[in-house]
Amino acid sequence: MINYILKRLLGMIPVLLGVTVLSFAIINLAPGKFSTLDQAMNPKVSPEYQMRLVKAFNLDKPLPVRYWLWLKSSICFDFGRSFSDNRLIMDKIAERLPVTVGINVLSLLFVFLVAIPIGVKAATKAGGGFDTVTTYFSFLLLAAPTFWLALLLMQFFCIQLGWLPISGIHSLDFEYFSPLRKVWDISWHLILPVFVSSLGGFAVISRYMRSSMMEALNQPYIYTARAKGLPQSQVVYKHALRNASLPIVTMIGLSIPGLLGGSVIFESIFALPGLGQLFFQAVMARDMPLIMAEVVLGAVLTMLGNLIADISYAYVDPRIRYK
Amino acid sequence: MRRKTLNILKLPIVLVAFLFVFICLQAFAQDYGDAIVGASISDARNLLPMLASDSASSEISGMVFNGLVKYDKDINLVGDLAKSWEVQEGGLVIIFHLRADVRWHDGSPFTAADVEFTYRKMIDPSVRTPYGGDFERVKSLEVLDDHTIKVTYKEPFVPGLASWGMSIIPRHLLEKEDLNNTAFSRYPVGTGPYKFKTWKTQEKIELVSNRDYFEHRPFLDRAITRVIPDESTIFLELQTQGVDSAGLTPLQYSRQTDTDFFKKHYRKFRLPGFNYTYLGYNLSNPKFSDKRVRLALNYAVDKTEIINIVLLGFGTVSTGPFVPQSWAYDQGVLPVAFDPAKARSLLAEAGWKSVNKDGWLEKDGRVFEFTIATNQGNEERQKVAEIIQRRLKGVGIRVKIKVVEWSVFLSEFIDKKNFEAILLGWSVPRDPDIYDIWYSGKTKEGEFNFIGYKNDEVDKLLIEGRRIFDQQERQKIYHRIHEIIYDEQPYMFLFTAESLSILHNRFQGVKPAPAGIGYNFIDWWVARPQQKYRIAK
Repeated sequence: MINYILKRLLGMIPVLLGVTVLSFAIINLAPGKFSTLDQAMNPKVSPEYQMRLVKAFNLDKPLPVRYWLWLKSSICFDFGRSFSDNRLIMDKIAERLPVTVGINVLSLLFVFLVAIPIGVKAATKAGGGFDTVTTYFSFLLLAAPTFWLALLLMQFFCIQLGWLPISGIHSLDFEYFSPLRKVWDISWHLILPVFVSSLGGFAVISRYMRSSMMEALNQPYIYTARAKGLPQSQVVYKHALRNASLPIVTMIGLSIPGLLGGSVIFESIFALPGLGQLFFQAVMARDMPLIMAEVVLGAVLTMLGNLIADISYAYVDPRIRYK
Repeated sequence: MRRKTLNILKLPIVLVAFLFVFICLQAFAQDYGDAIVGASISDARNLLPMLASDSASSEISGMVFNGLVKYDKDINLVGDLAKSWEVQEGGLVIIFHLRADVRWHDGSPFTAADVEFTYRKMIDPSVRTPYGGDFERVKSLEVLDDHTIKVTYKEPFVPGLASWGMSIIPRHLLEKEDLNNTAFSRYPVGTGPYKFKTWKTQEKIELVSNRDYFEHRPFLDRAITRVIPDESTIFLELQTQGVDSAGLTPLQYSRQTDTDFFKKHYRKFRLPGFNYTYLGYNLSNPKFSDKRVRLALNYAVDKTEIINIVLLGFGTVSTGPFVPQSWAYDQGVLPVAFDPAKARSLLAEAGWKSVNKDGWLEKDGRVFEFTIATNQGNEERQKVAEIIQRRLKGVGIRVKIKVVEWSVFLSEFIDKKNFEAILLGWSVPRDPDIYDIWYSGKTKEGEFNFIGYKNDEVDKLLIEGRRIFDQQERQKIYHRIHEIIYDEQPYMFLFTAESLSILHNRFQGVKPAPAGIGYNFIDWWVARPQQKYRIAK
């Protein structure tokens, strides 16, 4: 197993290199230049200043040279400084990481906790009332745009009822709160964002669970189990669920890169200081070092996610063995 | 019996006296305390003023720092860190007399050395400041004593005076720092009415009042700016009074805030804007190099209609490169009436005629068509483009609209001058100098006369306008420029949009003026019973 993992990890290096070469090329071939809305059309800003920036950011050097410079420093985990505010990329990412990861982990847990039982229940009584209702609901949730749902929920829970705060993750006077109240304050602010960000996941995961569960329930070993006289709960949760959980493990593996990928729309609406906003602004401003850091981060996590999924298969399904 | 009548007679007097005292108390007893919570769409980037190139950063650093001069409520230059100044030798020399009672937020005294330091950094090529241009015209800067500074220019340069509104930064804290890369950018120390307290990235920036501010202690204890990137969320926050002030769209101003709730808790402001939106022609394109065509286009588009539809009436027709409330704006330049017939006859004169049944104008066998390019993310402009498209169709001109992402718009369209017509806006600075936009030499890549305008008289006047300090003389110059430019129609001037905003009505002392409402921010206050945020410091 260890050998297998090492082999996989080594195999990631050329893939990662390929990803960086391709994305570096694509970003630089795309039209547009580093710019910020405010200073680009300000007559007080001279073209000499723009030239100075081009020099300072090495944008006047040929593409391969720039890639080499980038690669050299990135290998030591130094992704350089952002064009737009000259701060270290690592700092910029680190300060936003907790919010994005926190919300994504919470909503992922929430999704699995709710969606798996729903899927199982729907599969055991396929075609029944519960199944029909959840089917309709999950399609509705999939079809409804998040930003629209978010605004409606905000209107209802925050304005009409006044139960929840609208946006942000802290109250204004957060610094003055006691530790307990701080925890309470953050949870209070997180209810709506976590709920809304889970909705799409509910629909997808419960559907997956339902279909793979239905398949498992039609397998001969289930007849055997039932024939042995095992109670329904044991048949479903012990025998069928374990076999039906492979696709879910895949889904978890695939969600790992998503843990760091904040959604721009979602973060904008709830005014959350997450990574989605950061990367979106980086792309709009053609802030190359930040875009590249994002690409690398995404690539690494995707590969790790796949690896983790592959390893967990072996545990979930005894039929799978790695050598 | 007699006593009683006397008492009754006295009663009104006593009442009036009480009322008088009460009113006096109301008038003079401005309470300290409370906080104002504003909303900003984007986070600040850099609070070191000379590197703060975005509006979110400048707004914050404007409260933390002072310049030598500032604009007052009537948009006249007055002293800020400078008590007074003298312009000598026909404008070659400006002597600033600095205030002696100013201290940095850390307690060190502010002196002329700080001004000199700021100037050195402004012209230092290794400092990545976009605003160095105005200071490169300075020949020398001498510190005469701790509170007097003599600036000598290479030649008289009027906008130079306003450029000293640049925030002054502390020498004692920054002398050994690399300004491009200093912690100061996120922990600024200034001389202004508010001190920096915390900055939580993409969440909020909090300032606290500077009790020793040289004008007087600001009444509001804290000024908090929350970052809320979504406009609809800001609007929802207003509905729970989570945000005290915000900008409004015309629709929000006229309809969505027209409810009892908003009338009860908020006050709306409608102020003249410092901007104009225009359709700029690429003058090197043969279609637009004919003045008659440009005049015709101006007749063919109804600006009032655009204002009524796109801005719901919150704007004025613009006729030139200044804003109507500015002394540089010539009120005598009147917008032409909407007149498609006149447009058609001018176009016919220029050779554009409708020859077949499809109705499009043609000349030498080619249909008159052009593309209006504008930037993505500004719905207003897209609507304006569509209205222009429809109106020009009315006179037989086929218009296509291209909406392009901002960065691409700049690099592929503006820099390469690869456009036929562009729909854009300028924000208009307080000083009317518009040399950078209209001077015929300013057409290199990255410069702002990208339409390629050239008029010898305007060139001469533009140079003269930056040399003469006398405002009446300058006014004549800019009125003439206004007149020529409107007559030549290198831009189709469309409108100046009003600036619409809303503020919680617990704030008192807010007095709208030509400069807006923010000019007397340190005088805003909230009566103690209505104060909402009580924790301070």
